[in-house]
Amino acid sequence: MTKTTIGIPRGLFYEEYGYLWKCYLEKLGLNVKESIPTNKEIIRLGNSYATSEMCFSLKITLGHIAYLQNQVDYILLPRIDNFGIDNQTCTNFLLLYDLAKNIFSASFLSYNINELKKETEEKGFMKIGKQLGKKEEECKIAYQEAKEKEKERKRKKIKRNKNLLEKEKKKILLLSHPYNLYDPFLGEMVAKKVKKRGFSVLYSDAFEEEEMLKQSQNLSKNLYWYESRKNMGALMFLKNKIDGIIFLTTFPCGLDSLVNELAMRKESFPYLNLIMDDSDAFAGMDTRIESFLDILELQR
Amino acid sequence: MGDYQVPAQYLLSHISKVKILKAPKITNKTLELGCKYSPDFVCMPFKYTLGTFLECLEMGANVLIQAGGGCRYGYYFELQMQILKDLGYSFTYINLVSKGKENVKKIYQDLKQINPKLSWIKLIYHTFIASKMVKYMDHIDHYIRKYIGFEEEKGSFLALKEKMLSSFAKTKGYISLYLKYKKYQKKFKKIPYRKVQNPLRIGIIGELYTIMEPFANYQLELMLASYGISIKRYTNVHYLLFEKSRVMKKEMKKIKQYVHYPLGADAADNVARTLELCQKKYDGIIHIKSSFCTPEIGVMPIIDRIAKEYGVPILYFSFDSETSEVGMQTRIEAFYDLMERKRKS
Repeated sequence: MTKTTIGIPRGLFYEEYGYLWKCYLEKLGLNVKESIPTNKEIIRLGNSYATSEMCFSLKITLGHIAYLQNQVDYILLPRIDNFGIDNQTCTNFLLLYDLAKNIFSASFLSYNINELKKETEEKGFMKIGKQLGKKEEECKIAYQEAKEKEKERKRKKIKRNKNLLEKEKKKILLLSHPYNLYDPFLGEMVAKKVKKRGFSVLYSDAFEEEEMLKQSQNLSKNLYWYESRKNMGALMFLKNKIDGIIFLTTFPCGLDSLVNELAMRKESFPYLNLIMDDSDAFAGMDTRIESFLDILELQR
Repeated sequence: MGDYQVPAQYLLSHISKVKILKAPKITNKTLELGCKYSPDFVCMPFKYTLGTFLECLEMGANVLIQAGGGCRYGYYFELQMQILKDLGYSFTYINLVSKGKENVKKIYQDLKQINPKLSWIKLIYHTFIASKMVKYMDHIDHYIRKYIGFEEEKGSFLALKEKMLSSFAKTKGYISLYLKYKKYQKKFKKIPYRKVQNPLRIGIIGELYTIMEPFANYQLELMLASYGISIKRYTNVHYLLFEKSRVMKKEMKKIKQYVHYPLGADAADNVARTLELCQKKYDGIIHIKSSFCTPEIGVMPIIDRIAKEYGVPILYFSFDSETSEVGMQTRIEAFYDLMERKRKS
């Protein structure tokens, strides 16, 4: 009998959970297939399934799912509702699973995180394991092991940021959601350009979570989006320690449209507001990044 | 928002001694003001309400009230307050919904600030009356929508509705409100209309603000009525406040085949409505929303799939500050022709 293959699409959930899923599923003895890093073909695929007004990150995610759909037995796609009342998520996180189920012919593995209703991540993982025909004890061990590995990875990420902070070099905070930060068409591209000019780039997702959630209260007590709170926490934590901030938004992100605007109005710091969509023209963006960095270099 | 000003005004004037400024009807000027100070790709209700706040502040208001909902609507007020403060206005504000959930205690405390004598009993009593008023208005609206396309004398329905609203505004207590409702219900039933055998029937679904504010959808309902189409619309304030949670529990089971989880704001509701409209063999569905309404955008492919399975034509409108009425008319005309032809074949 051939092993069951499970597809992990890049996109919305990949940066935060992809590694955890991979460790967990491999420990359970299953094949894992990740989709390839975003390229033009993925974007084209995504656009063919998406409606025109969807946010660019969601379009990319649909592209990754479409890429996987005929190559694997299951595609793993969770639904994340909230981590408590103060940590809710974007509505795209709520509906991606149902949306994908309707437009793709593949079968999906899914779990739901809704901590208000006591549906936790651990329960979700047990559910997946059961669906794949594994014993609960086996799943528990695999989950714990995967979680350990994931923590180790996170620690490394945070350490890298800390090291950069201590160095003398000029620093830029790249502020965006985790799913944008490491995408070759979004965050990576911007980061490359900034690094080329001799600045170091701090990623907004690599800080201690608890600390960030606490820090975000300094900007806004009522903010209730998990992703945005982490971002704003990073901003408040770093605003005096860095030279400039690049806000990276995929058009038309609902959370960023409100929260980033609030941050720009309330706090004062040098910033560049980049809004990305699926056009291929990068020259205009290059000019803006360059002139922003020029200004920062002049400020000594 | 639309005609719901009347109950809102009633409620506020009875639970506080403040003078209520009647918010001006939304016009192009409101929209222009709102757009000028809003972030670019925030959804339209943000721009409309910000514009209205600005107009009210110019008229001398100093207490602003904002509601909220299960999408980014819940976070409107914080940014709006910041924008208004940056513009140099000073005011107190009351936010009715925090973190996507209503917090009655907090609202009470906020209201106490503007009226220290407010008691719980008074608040509950007047809230009850206001909610009944909403219910009656929605009932009447439902009736109007069904027949307005076939009225004998043009404008007779709307004229009577205006009268009803101004009489509702003067309500003293629950009994007087109930009598008024009954009286106008009879009057509405007396308005003559042409009886058409099997008129074209359309269901309107979509994002709540755009559905309920007539300016935001360029008077879509009236436009449809002028073609002699009978209209079914689901969302109204009474539904949102009192029925939604109960109804959706049932509806979620019906749409299990398509959707397993709630999808944020009214998205899952709209899937259920699409299914119902399709099963009841409506001639067409119109889905309206403001640009960038995330939950509705995400749910569109699902709605599309259901409509295709049942062979019901569906028309999507996405409104923003630049939508032209003429373009809309052309699309509705074409949609009307399509439905007509489909019926004949």
